Amino acid sequence: MYVIIVGGGKVGYYLCRTLLAEGHEVLIVEKNEAKCERLEEELGSICLRGDGCETATLAEAGTGRADMLIAATNEDEDNLVSCQLAKYKFKVRRTIALINNPENETVFKKLGIDVTVSSTNLVLEHIEQEVPTHHLMHLLKLEESGLEIVEVRIPGHSSVAGRRVRDLNLPQGAVLALVIRKDQRPMIPAPDTVLEAEDQVLAVTSHELEDALRLTLTGQRVERHGN
Amino acid sequence: MKVVIMGCGRVGAQLAALLDSDGHEVTILDVDSTSFRRLPPTFSGVALLGDGTDQEALVKAGIEETSAFVAVTQGDNRNVMAAQIAKHIFNVPRVLCRIYDPLRRDLYEDLGLEAFSPTTIFAQLLRDKLVEAAS
Repeated sequence: MYVIIVGGGKVGYYLCRTLLAEGHEVLIVEKNEAKCERLEEELGSICLRGDGCETATLAEAGTGRADMLIAATNEDEDNLVSCQLAKYKFKVRRTIALINNPENETVFKKLGIDVTVSSTNLVLEHIEQEVPTHHLMHLLKLEESGLEIVEVRIPGHSSVAGRRVRDLNLPQGAVLALVIRKDQRPMIPAPDTVLEAEDQVLAVTSHELEDALRLTLTGQRVERHGN
Repeated sequence: MKVVIMGCGRVGAQLAALLDSDGHEVTILDVDSTSFRRLPPTFSGVALLGDGTDQEALVKAGIEETSAFVAVTQGDNRNVMAAQIAKHIFNVPRVLCRIYDPLRRDLYEDLGLEAFSPTTIFAQLLRDKLVEAAS
C-alpha cells in the first residue's frame, strides 16, 4: 500500500516507522528542512520537503496513486485542507486527519474526511480509565455503526447491586455484553444474572443512550466533557 | 444585513468600516485584540476576540442569524475551514472567502465556496494596466 503522511512530527515519525516495518511504501511530506533531514537520517529517503496543503507538492508526492493520506500536523485547519485536496483533487480513497480540538470531529466528518483521530479525546479517555471515581469509561468506538463499548463499575451504594438483569430498566437499545467479577470467570449476562457491587459490566450503547445507561447502572449523573 | 467578518487585518477592517458606514450590522472577529486598532473610531459594530474556526466563537459572533460570513485572515487554510463551517454547519446564506493560493482557490471554488485569490486578481489588474498603457 502507498501511504502519504503529511507532517513529520512525533506522530508522523512513529507512524512512518510502523508502516515501513509492515512493508508499506511511505512518504512523509514535511515543510521544515531540519525535520526532513532528521527523518531521512533515521528512516532513509522517505521525506519530501514541501507544504502538504499545496497541490504542486501533493502532485510531486504522487498523491494520485496513493491508497491513503494521513494528515498529522499540529494544525487542524492544515490537516483538513490536506485531506480535502487528496480526496477531491487526487481522488485518494481514504483520508485520515489528526485533530486537536475534539469539537472538529463532526465538522471534519461533514466535510468529507473519512476518519478523524482526536488526540485530545484519546488522552482524556485514557485518563478517565485511571480515575477510579468515574463509573463509566469508554473502551471502544465502533465507527461504522456509531455504537460504543463502555465499561461500568457497579458502585456499592447502587440499587442495582443484588438485582437481576431482567429487572433493570435499561434504555432501549443498550445491551449488557459481559460481566467481570473479581476472582471469577467473565460471564455473558443472562436475564437472570444478579449483578453485584463492584462488578465490571461491559455494555454496547449508542452515544445518546450513554447517560441513561450510566444512570440506570450507577444511579449517578456525571457532567460530560469532550464530544 | 448582518455580516460576520473573520480577521481584522487591513482588508477585514476596511470591509467592516465600509459595511458599517452603509448601515449594515457588522461583527468582526480576530484572535488578536490589538488588530482591532485598525477599525476607525466611528465603527459602531461589534469587535469580538475569538477564533473563527471555533464553533463556540462563531455562535457568540451570531453566526446563526447572520446573512453573510467573510473569511479574510492571513491563513488560507483557516479561511477555508471557517468558511466551510459557516456554509455547511451553520448554513449561512452567503459565504465569501479569501485564498491566496490560486490552485487552492480553484479547488474550493469547485467545492462550492465563493472564493477569491488576491494573487490572481491583482496580477490580472497589473497586466491590464500595463497593456492599457502600452496600447
